[in-house]
Amino acid sequence: MAVIIKGMNVVNDPWQRLELNADGSLPPVPPAGDIIVPLAMWQRQREELLARPGRLGVWLNSNEEPAAIAEDLRLFGVVGVNFPKVTDGRGYSIACLLRERYGWKGELRALGDIWRDQLFFLASCGFNAFALREGEDPREALAAFGDFSETYQGSVARPVPLFRRRHLPSPDGMEWL
Amino acid sequence: MYRYDEIDQRMVDERVVQFRDQTRRFLAGKLSEDDFRSLRLRNGLYIQRYAPMLRVAVPYGLLTSRQLRTLAHIARTWDRGYGHFSTRQNIQFNWPKLEDAPDILAELAKVQMHAIQTSGNSVRNITTDHFAGIARDEIVDSFVWCELLRQWSTFHPEFSYLPRKFKIAVNGAQADRAATYLHDIGLHAVRNAAGEVGFRVIVGGGMGRTPIVGHVMQEFLPWPHLLTYVEAVMRVYNRYGRRDNLNKARIKILVKERTPERFREEVDAEWAHLVDGPGTLTEEEVRRVEGRFTRPAYERLPGDDPGHAARLAAEPAFAAWAKRNVHPHKVPGYGAVTLSLKKTGVPPGDATADQMDAVANLADRYSLGELRISHEQNLILADVRQSDLHKLWQDVKVLGFATPNIGLLTNIICCPGGDFCSLANAKSIPVAQAIQERFDHLDYLYDIGEFDLNISGCMNSCGHHHVGHIGILGVDKNGEEWYQISIGGNQGLTRPGAPAALGKVIGPSFAREQIPDVIEKLIGVYLERRESEVERFIDVVWRTGIEPFKEHVYGSHHQGHERRQRSLATA
Repeated sequence: MAVIIKGMNVVNDPWQRLELNADGSLPPVPPAGDIIVPLAMWQRQREELLARPGRLGVWLNSNEEPAAIAEDLRLFGVVGVNFPKVTDGRGYSIACLLRERYGWKGELRALGDIWRDQLFFLASCGFNAFALREGEDPREALAAFGDFSETYQGSVARPVPLFRRRHLPSPDGMEWL
Repeated sequence: MYRYDEIDQRMVDERVVQFRDQTRRFLAGKLSEDDFRSLRLRNGLYIQRYAPMLRVAVPYGLLTSRQLRTLAHIARTWDRGYGHFSTRQNIQFNWPKLEDAPDILAELAKVQMHAIQTSGNSVRNITTDHFAGIARDEIVDSFVWCELLRQWSTFHPEFSYLPRKFKIAVNGAQADRAATYLHDIGLHAVRNAAGEVGFRVIVGGGMGRTPIVGHVMQEFLPWPHLLTYVEAVMRVYNRYGRRDNLNKARIKILVKERTPERFREEVDAEWAHLVDGPGTLTEEEVRRVEGRFTRPAYERLPGDDPGHAARLAAEPAFAAWAKRNVHPHKVPGYGAVTLSLKKTGVPPGDATADQMDAVANLADRYSLGELRISHEQNLILADVRQSDLHKLWQDVKVLGFATPNIGLLTNIICCPGGDFCSLANAKSIPVAQAIQERFDHLDYLYDIGEFDLNISGCMNSCGHHHVGHIGILGVDKNGEEWYQISIGGNQGLTRPGAPAALGKVIGPSFAREQIPDVIEKLIGVYLERRESEVERFIDVVWRTGIEPFKEHVYGSHHQGHERRQRSLATA
């Protein structure tokens, strides 16, 4: 079983991530187990996926709209966002929208070309699970969550920007929540 | 100068630790070249033609003498004894070693400096008017707003992997000395009828391969909404800006493809979710940041200094320098002095470590320990008493920084070009030198009058050639260096009726050695056609169009060519 980072711990991952075939066709649906399916699969096989045993998650590619799953979020155990290349930063905005606009509170998993040096920003944007690219040691990567002890701007992780927290008794004052 | 507080300092210190570890992992083979590139670029480290280049941020161009001494120390210790001041009010070192970069960053952090986001696809150093805080036409002190934006943009988690680099400029005065129409976002402070401060928000301007004058998205954005609105613009850009083609990835292309109207609607739809949220700026925060800036302790002087006036009358050379290189100050009895880094024979914007130390001393002696870097690549002592100007002039002459050419043709803006930069198609520094040598006669220069001449070694247009009254662009033709010339560009509303404009190419490009002749011909047309001495080169170009210039250059160029051929044949 693969390991991922979740809630700042390294854990075994029971979820299987499905991908479209190279020609864009849908892969077969496994009869059992927890699966994270690409958006196209969810859109085309919705009923079949809901009827099968095992938990269901969906993942978005960086060019896909989070609005496409906004109404369905309660049906998922995991929402994933894929980073096809580390330099493709669209996933950061997608995460912010899923958390702030569409209210997703569950597991938000970063997938694809990510490693320790992106973890701090990813976590700031609301990701709480990370499937690092192959070859990375997730245990070593955990230190990255502590790269910075403070941030200036508001984010999903710290909705109140530093300038509104400076004078509050609690550093994470909740006046805006 | 903005003084860091404990949190600001911690942030840059933690960055040094982070980058040291990234460099260590790269040198140990744990990070590939590609992986490391995306990280080192966040710290201003390019791999250049001869060595890595380190670009150090000078936020909005403001420096203390102590910081300048550190830059001199870095130049001496880790470089070859000099640095290059860039058109983005930064300083670049062209010869550091990669393994030394973490130590250099640690040295910078000691004086509240860094190289954060000086390259890579993130929000870059925010630039502004180099006369911020002292100009007579000031609306707001733009340094305060630049610092608010600097903090907001530093390590912004959502906008750290944008489609392309992102440049923001802030202008706080009536005249636009920050080229706000030629940035990804330009913010121009304005006051409404009620006297409240807001910003005209201009989006999608820029130079480079596709030069575009920006579009006004908001005529008056009340200041509390500054960050949330910018955030809305950036989110739309981050999500929909093109990532398939590097040359089409800037926000200007997105605005153009969407049309400015549709782009504005999208931003407004996004902004509706952010407006009045926690990112809304507070008066308290603006005052806090303002309060962390040291304020010059000006003396209360009665007005213009009589001794200064007498020396101006007595010494024409001093008067010439004061006319070109001293800018009026909002405080009576003071002036802002530009030290020209454009002496003939020296690469524009270059300064040696010794010169930096010497300027630091001048800043301490004459200008309350602070100085500025202008986007025209000069240094500015912003707070000099008029009574000190003559002494300062003598000191500056010794250093070779007293060339009285500010605003004139030889004050050339020029990128490092093919001598240093691996992106360049052609060299730019020798072109600048050849022009400076040709126009070395001061009376002639003064007669030509106000002039912006810009040179870029490639389409990336770091020398801002699109907005030069004359712009020179290095192009590659089958492996040879050629130069394309445009005229009629203008960097911004520096005087009434002269808006930002992009230059027009006059025709086929030239070989390097032809350039001084071509420039002289263009000037010749101007001198012949101008209706008075008030009419500048750029005004004549706008009045007559480029045709007369074109005809003169290409017509006589061909004749000259034939003449040369004949003389060669008879030789």
